[in-house]
Amino acid sequence: MQDLFDIDSALSEEERAVRASVRQFVDERILPIIGDCYIEGRFPKEIIPGLAELGVLGANLPEEYGCAGLNNVAYGLIMQELERGDSGIRSFASVQGALVMYPIFAFGSEEQKKEYLPKMAAGEIIGCFGLTESDYGSNPSGMITMANEQADGSWVLNGGKMWITNGSQAKIAIVWAKTNGDPSDKSIRGFIVPTNTPGFTAKDQKGKLSLRASDTSELVFQDVRLPKDAILPKSGGIKSPLMCLTQARYGISWGVIGAAMACYEEALDYSKSRVMFGKAIGGFQLQQQRLAIMLTEIVKAQLVSLHLGRLKDSGKFTPQQVSFAKRNNCDIATNVAREARRLLGANGILAEYGAMRHMANLESVYTYEGTHDIHTLILGQAVTGLSAFT
Amino acid sequence: MKIAVCIKRVPDMETRFKIAASGTAVDEAGLKYDMSDFDGYAVETALQLNEKQGPGETVVISLGPDVVQEQLRKALSMGADRAVQLKADRVPTDGLSIAGALAAELKDGGYDLIFFGRQAVDSANATVGPMTAELLGLPCATAVSTLDIANGRGTARRDLEGAAEIVEFALPAVVTIDEGMPRARYPSLKGIMAAKKKPLEVKPAQLGAESLTLEKMELPPERAAGRIVGEGPGAVPELVRLLHTEAKVL
Repeated sequence: MQDLFDIDSALSEEERAVRASVRQFVDERILPIIGDCYIEGRFPKEIIPGLAELGVLGANLPEEYGCAGLNNVAYGLIMQELERGDSGIRSFASVQGALVMYPIFAFGSEEQKKEYLPKMAAGEIIGCFGLTESDYGSNPSGMITMANEQADGSWVLNGGKMWITNGSQAKIAIVWAKTNGDPSDKSIRGFIVPTNTPGFTAKDQKGKLSLRASDTSELVFQDVRLPKDAILPKSGGIKSPLMCLTQARYGISWGVIGAAMACYEEALDYSKSRVMFGKAIGGFQLQQQRLAIMLTEIVKAQLVSLHLGRLKDSGKFTPQQVSFAKRNNCDIATNVAREARRLLGANGILAEYGAMRHMANLESVYTYEGTHDIHTLILGQAVTGLSAFT
Repeated sequence: MKIAVCIKRVPDMETRFKIAASGTAVDEAGLKYDMSDFDGYAVETALQLNEKQGPGETVVISLGPDVVQEQLRKALSMGADRAVQLKADRVPTDGLSIAGALAAELKDGGYDLIFFGRQAVDSANATVGPMTAELLGLPCATAVSTLDIANGRGTARRDLEGAAEIVEFALPAVVTIDEGMPRARYPSLKGIMAAKKKPLEVKPAQLGAESLTLEKMELPPERAAGRIVGEGPGAVPELVRLLHTEAKVL
């Protein structure tokens, strides 16, 4: 996409090089198959070894654990490029990196980090993240999944989780549960649960009209026995999973820009080649206004995420800033995708073009990891000092 | 084996070019740059040879101002071991001048093979490789699409229009690489991080004298719009007539 605002000048050579590699991967390995995957309702597992070899899984975690050790802006650009392919592919990488590798890195023991992180970076172990429950989405503190410690120090886990990306293909699940019968959200701890443990079941969620190239499951735990060392020792309270979500939401704020860029570029190309009333439709004022608004919103979103990335790299970013970026960028991306689809006219409803696929995907992204409404309330609370949650 | 790969920084060929006010250069505003495509094949070929044949060294060399370091680092991030920038304010038009500087750098380097792309995708002269070989007194196989190295000798296939040639030569040698060789790998993200720690040496380019200068650049003339001569079978006689009389292709 034409860099009208010269944002590239604010990126380092290394950041541009990372983007170029991932962009080439997406162009060559994802774009040719993604339309079919979407129609078939299939996550393209075959790209996992390529993604791992490229180094995108947990790319901002340190090299000593087999990761690429990139800064957060480079990580954001990876998310942008992956979602230029499809939100489902970016979701896969977000979950693996920000929601499974990150909590092991942040709350795990040294043994857990050494055991899991290199294999997860290599794509040999895929993970999923279990926080949301069917009755507790925006309010995760209300969860009812419970882990009880046994006399020998082992744990028994009961409950269930819903809307779990990668759930059916994961070898391990990071499950968040209240502990020892305590209903307070302070008792919440994280557990590494191998998905082949007896009593653990994952079931594909059928009938999705969005994120069709992504694996979404329901998890059920029935007397799942876990060894003593399954717990993430440094996790404690609802704050721990929320820290993971802050990481993932940061990546989402970049990712959706990629989806919007794909839609904008497709619409721009189409506007220059589609002839109606004897001239290219890009020559009509209404389409130019569409394109100008799309471009403006994309550039603003890029600047928000880039600044947020620099703040994150300097260790100064806040969850409220992440809410700002996630909320704004998902919102503009859904609008850009819809306007692109409309510019494409009847062709815009075909899978041959990306706009409607992105548009349908972005409805999920708008909703997951803190709905648009919840982020609105977080911002409202940040500026007024008054909570409107309850 | 010790392999040198000479690479060039070129503008992205998908760009719509404008000629700069000087009339002798491309307007650089808004241009994106990359390694010339054939040079990418050459880097890949060198890396694969050294990966297959055991320990070796792949050295990438580029001539030009400091911006060429971006392409050198790309080659390092693909896996090259070290890089040399032959620093010059600009890349001369005369291939012999460039070849002089490269030959001066390469002659005592102890290289078994020296690779170039078949030609730079921007200037398309295809002269620097053969001229460097000549200055070094080495055999030169050009536009090679497969290459085997065994027992100190090379065998290369050159795909020509409607035919192919197989050539054989002793090492050390200069080889210019064509399509048909494996495409350049994506630099992995770890490779990009590792490249920062690899040596990149900057030396003044000992350019040879320039006996060819660029006088003027021109864009190709605008193509006239197409014309619809009619529709359906009724239009065929008129089309055939125009192909005879105007286009003169029949």
